[in-house]
Amino acid sequence: MTTTEQNIDEKLIEILEKVSDPEIPVLSIMDMGVVRSAVIINDIVKVEITPTYSGCPAMDVIGDDIKKALKDAGYESEIDLILHPAWTTDWITSRGRKALEDYGIAAPLEAEADKDVLLNEKRLVKCTNCGSQNTRLVSQFGSTACKAQFQCEDCQEPFDYFKCLK
Amino acid sequence: MKNENLYNYLLGIADNSLVLGQRMGELCGHGPSLETDIACTNISLDLFGQVRSYFQYAAKIAGDNRTEDDIAMLRKEREYKNVLLVEQPNTNFAYTIGRQFLFDVYHLAFLAELQKSTDLTLSAIANKCIKEVSYHERFSSDWVKRLGDGTKESNQKMQDAINDLWTYTDELFHQTDADKAMVAEGIGVDVTILKENYYKQVNNLLEEATLEVPESKWFQKGGKEGIHTEHLGYLLSDLQYMQRTYPNMEW
Repeated sequence: MTTTEQNIDEKLIEILEKVSDPEIPVLSIMDMGVVRSAVIINDIVKVEITPTYSGCPAMDVIGDDIKKALKDAGYESEIDLILHPAWTTDWITSRGRKALEDYGIAAPLEAEADKDVLLNEKRLVKCTNCGSQNTRLVSQFGSTACKAQFQCEDCQEPFDYFKCLK
Repeated sequence: MKNENLYNYLLGIADNSLVLGQRMGELCGHGPSLETDIACTNISLDLFGQVRSYFQYAAKIAGDNRTEDDIAMLRKEREYKNVLLVEQPNTNFAYTIGRQFLFDVYHLAFLAELQKSTDLTLSAIANKCIKEVSYHERFSSDWVKRLGDGTKESNQKMQDAINDLWTYTDELFHQTDADKAMVAEGIGVDVTILKENYYKQVNNLLEEATLEVPESKWFQKGGKEGIHTEHLGYLLSDLQYMQRTYPNMEW
């Protein structure tokens, strides 16, 4: 079935919200939008997660962490990795975007603006330290597949920018 | 095997990403600058991630006890179906970038077509990969321009790399028997129709980079049939070392 809607059993929301992205510990996997469905069938929780990037090494860990969190809450579970529909940065919730910014990672811009900043043609990414938009691209690729490196020209802070993926 | 053509077709696609991913991974800690080092290994990671999706699907189709790791690690040189282009070594950074660029332009056009596959798993993988590959293409195109339109020395090095790698480009558009069978079923991409636009796009960028479009009409082929250049054997001995030395080891 193709759906961009999440299908998550209310009883499980609180448990899943406590599982965080191992690369970005302040961010819950729920706010990241990687959990696409979680339903209880015959006492077993079936969870579908989708990778942010194909090679994201965090996915295996996220699967294990979900299993553990559910087990601690008394549920057995099965984790399925699904590719369709493909994850997009649009699925990061507004709470997730704020958590990213607070952690020092600039949240993704819209697709057009993203292209402009990654070709270093416009300065639109806000510094996570001082809020200035006078920031420059250091590298299109950063510490993880999903990020690019920027530096603020005003306060000199180097920081990550979460790339737009659509 | 029930669907041998699909299995071979998947390997043909995946082996390109596997071998290129290994080449880019070789630059881990050896890139010319920290930023390019990270970029090359990021690209490598994306490619390996894509390979896993294809191989997991291939293992399912094989229907025996084969796993994605067996397919990746335990085949012999002749059983790898990647194009010759992607196995060419990292002679210098211009070669790394040239190889990446010549492949990325193809890869992007290929995935755009693969998204239309009637096989839903394949179209889902293509849909996922194309987003990542568009970043790769942007990176490699950007560097071809910087090196081509840079200093006299960088221009010369970029030109040499393009001249040497050019002979491997035509093979991208050759069809294997598995390709033809999959095209007929609406599952595979007819690569022959991508050729014209590919050279148009590549030539335009080379001109923008103040580089000359090679005139040679002599092209190498064989990778898709398992006949490789000498470089692949060395690459595989690196790639397969752990599995050959400690069979069935896991992380």
